[in-house]
Amino acid sequence: MKKSGIEAGYEVVMGLEVHVELATQTKIFCGCEVAFGAPPNTQVCPVCLGMPGSLPVLNEKVVELALKAALALGCEISEISHQDRKNYFYPDLPKAYQISQNDAPIGKNGRLAIETADGERMIGITRLHIEEDAGKLIHDSSKGTLIDYNRGGVPLIEIVSEPDFRTAEEVKAYLLKLKSTLQYLGVSSCKMNEGAFRCDVNLSVRKVGDPQMGTRTEMKNLNSIAFIVKAIESEALRQIKLLESGDQVVQETRRWDPVKGISTAMRSKENAHDYRYFPDPDLATILLSHEMVNAAKATLPLLPDDYKRLFVLNDGIRPDVAEVLVSDKGLADYYRACAEQTAYKTVLANLLVTEVLRMADKAGDDETVIAIRPEAMVSLVALIGEERINLGIAKRVLSALWESDKRPVQIIDENDWWPLKDLASLEALAEMILKETPQILVDYHNGKTQAFGAFMGQMMKRSQGKADPALSESLFHEIAKRRL
Amino acid sequence: MKSLIYESVKQQSEMLISRSVSSLELTESYLSHIEATDEAIGAYLHVAGESARQAAKSVDLKRARGEQLSPLAGIPSAIKDNICTKDMPTTCASKMLEGFMSPVDAFAVMQMKAHDSVILGKLNMDEFAMGASTENSYYKKTRNPVNTDRVPGGSSGGSAAAVAGHLAAYTLGSDTGGSVRQPASFCGVVGLKPSYGRISRRGLVAFASSLDQIGPITRTVEDAAMVYQMLAKQDELDSTSCSSETLTASELLQKDVSKMRIALPRSFFEEGIQPEVKEAVLKAAMTYESMGAIIEEVDMKRLDAALPAYYMLSSAEASSNLARFDGVKYGYRTESFDSIEELYKKTRGEGFGREVKRRILLGTYALSSGYYDAYYKKALSVKALVKSIYEEIFKTYDFVLTPVAPTTAYPFGKVENNPVEMYLGDIYTVPINIAGVPALTLNCGYDAQHLPIGMQLIGKLYDEQTLLSAGHAFEQAKQVWRAK
Repeated sequence: MKKSGIEAGYEVVMGLEVHVELATQTKIFCGCEVAFGAPPNTQVCPVCLGMPGSLPVLNEKVVELALKAALALGCEISEISHQDRKNYFYPDLPKAYQISQNDAPIGKNGRLAIETADGERMIGITRLHIEEDAGKLIHDSSKGTLIDYNRGGVPLIEIVSEPDFRTAEEVKAYLLKLKSTLQYLGVSSCKMNEGAFRCDVNLSVRKVGDPQMGTRTEMKNLNSIAFIVKAIESEALRQIKLLESGDQVVQETRRWDPVKGISTAMRSKENAHDYRYFPDPDLATILLSHEMVNAAKATLPLLPDDYKRLFVLNDGIRPDVAEVLVSDKGLADYYRACAEQTAYKTVLANLLVTEVLRMADKAGDDETVIAIRPEAMVSLVALIGEERINLGIAKRVLSALWESDKRPVQIIDENDWWPLKDLASLEALAEMILKETPQILVDYHNGKTQAFGAFMGQMMKRSQGKADPALSESLFHEIAKRRL
Repeated sequence: MKSLIYESVKQQSEMLISRSVSSLELTESYLSHIEATDEAIGAYLHVAGESARQAAKSVDLKRARGEQLSPLAGIPSAIKDNICTKDMPTTCASKMLEGFMSPVDAFAVMQMKAHDSVILGKLNMDEFAMGASTENSYYKKTRNPVNTDRVPGGSSGGSAAAVAGHLAAYTLGSDTGGSVRQPASFCGVVGLKPSYGRISRRGLVAFASSLDQIGPITRTVEDAAMVYQMLAKQDELDSTSCSSETLTASELLQKDVSKMRIALPRSFFEEGIQPEVKEAVLKAAMTYESMGAIIEEVDMKRLDAALPAYYMLSSAEASSNLARFDGVKYGYRTESFDSIEELYKKTRGEGFGREVKRRILLGTYALSSGYYDAYYKKALSVKALVKSIYEEIFKTYDFVLTPVAPTTAYPFGKVENNPVEMYLGDIYTVPINIAGVPALTLNCGYDAQHLPIGMQLIGKLYDEQTLLSAGHAFEQAKQVWRAK
């Protein structure tokens, strides 16, 4: 959270509602396809259009996937659950009610561990339920508002957390962990740019130590993690400013505008819907027997926290590094593919969570795709591990590997990037630098340690980055001592 | 060939099979009778003469080729206008759906087509099946063919009048709280409300999903068995559909009545009942006694709670089911509007009639936050009570014998401005829908003004056989249905 909030003695309290599209072939109550990007209103039928007389039939795969997710998040499973109608009028909702779950969700009282600055923390999960998605309104200035019902009836799970978050960083860590958990389960693609993973943030602020919760607002339309972080910072500041100037926070739903970087009020509590929930009489009770739950439990794959434990215990990876790996399924899978071929596992992990992650195209928060063959990565890691190249060279090799299919050694050979380890050449270079810029030694002897940095910068520049850093450093100290 | 239309379905079927008459001749007889008399009766909202002739010709051709056909092949029928047909409008007798064409046939219509039924058209009803006299139709009044100064009952008034007026050999109605049985009784014909789920609700425009059931209206119990048997098929696309009827139409009539135990609920004969109705039903009981059945009076006073519970549950579900008629996608849309809220308000205000609006308001209120527990939830507990009362009764008795309605058919305008009086008229029929059990109504006499009196046989869940057998035995003994 931004300093200003903490300085003013406020604490931010947040809870999340995450909507996840399930990876089914067909919609939740009919046989329509759910593939993303089809032309408008081509994946619809009388059922998902809510035509008179149409009836829903629950897609069993939806229950199967929701059950998996609920188990992976440590939820208690409702043996008997049902679906409810959530009634409200909106053009994207063809039946004027959404089929959801109100008082008997599939799962409740779960949790998810995240890594924070203060170590591991558990985030409580209040409930996990199944529901149908609504259609999409497209506002077109020349044609008015158009409706695409392709998304109507796409199966979702909604995962509601406890108000356990205090910082935007925790929110980010949770969302990444949740995404990768669901991806490991095969429950969802979690592609944020396709709307397969969406998050609403409930946020309130209070004075540190105040046991009472402040009035909360709900922010919608947060479709990237970067926006979520920005929206949280902006909304927390807005609420603190209101309280500081003696005003009150109004309980309302706010819509984040990513272009303007501000949120605006959508509707207040007074105008809030009374959803008039009641059990949908068109649908049967969902029964999940002990046997079904146990069978589902038995087939759960290894999850991010299982991998994290393995990475830490077996590979000696630092917990915070392991957390970054497992919070991104693409990155973790890549790590595993490489790790089985190298002894330099920590070098590999560190390289992945820093340089490789930076280089990977992370458009839309989707899982990282690394365009380098694991074999090439493994030999690069070996070169670093064996101290045959330094990190600076390694970065250049990485960039080259991203573009070509050559072996790292070949790239270094062709570019003449092998480090300069020849003492005589290095000493000649050092002497030349210190002769041209005598001020470096003067400064150094006067206690200005930055002078060393200036020297190293020159060494690297003149050697095109190839000067061996360790050798260069000892040379400098030797010369400096000599010239005292 | 006019006399053909006075025959029962069974007799017509035999004539068609022996090829003493063609389906086209039969169809033409009905069409000319419709032409001659329906202006006075007003049973039809839509007559599909050409498609009926085509269907009839096609059946005749199949028969000429010696194909094995259903006993109902070639028999002219008609359908209540809340059951979807893709080649005829489905209006629910509402302005809201004027000219509405469903993209699909209802499951029941698909069965009829599969059995080569000749569908003559769509029948008048109370708007969205809400009412008991068919006076709530947006389009026209339907007159009782027995006495045209009287209402035909409702909501399936067109379906009952069509059979009584020889305007179709059999018809389909829908029954949410008595809408098949009461008009059948008022018009002196046979009505069957099967067990909840026996006939798929797919394509029946929903009024109250947990109570709605399609049922046949016919001239004889034997005909009702034939039509019921054709329609009672499990539908995997209706989650509330139950297993198919396994008995044949003739088996459904063969259960021995002589050993049956019949319950007469005392309270059904006490208050507000027309003396002639009471007398006729008690006389029918004596007829059963003379066949060897055992008649016993029972106390079912606790069913009194069913009527208010019915109006809570049915209105609550209706308020949600009818929300989709909002002017956005199909049906009526108001002429001018400035906002989406105005579109909704004006469309629904102008498109629905008074009774429908009354039920939507009632149901919306009952589901509102703060009232849900006192109304809807309480009504659900009454539902459980009503079910248990019937379960208890059927441990000892084969069926329950009651009147259908407290009075015979009343004059037009009598209940139009007195909804409570109209609601009280449902007192004998609604508990059956709440319990989900089957009930058969048939004529058991006439009052002093020669208006038909109906009796109601209520049976165990999925035991339509007992009712049809007992009803058939009574008909055989009395030959009460209207002579030629």
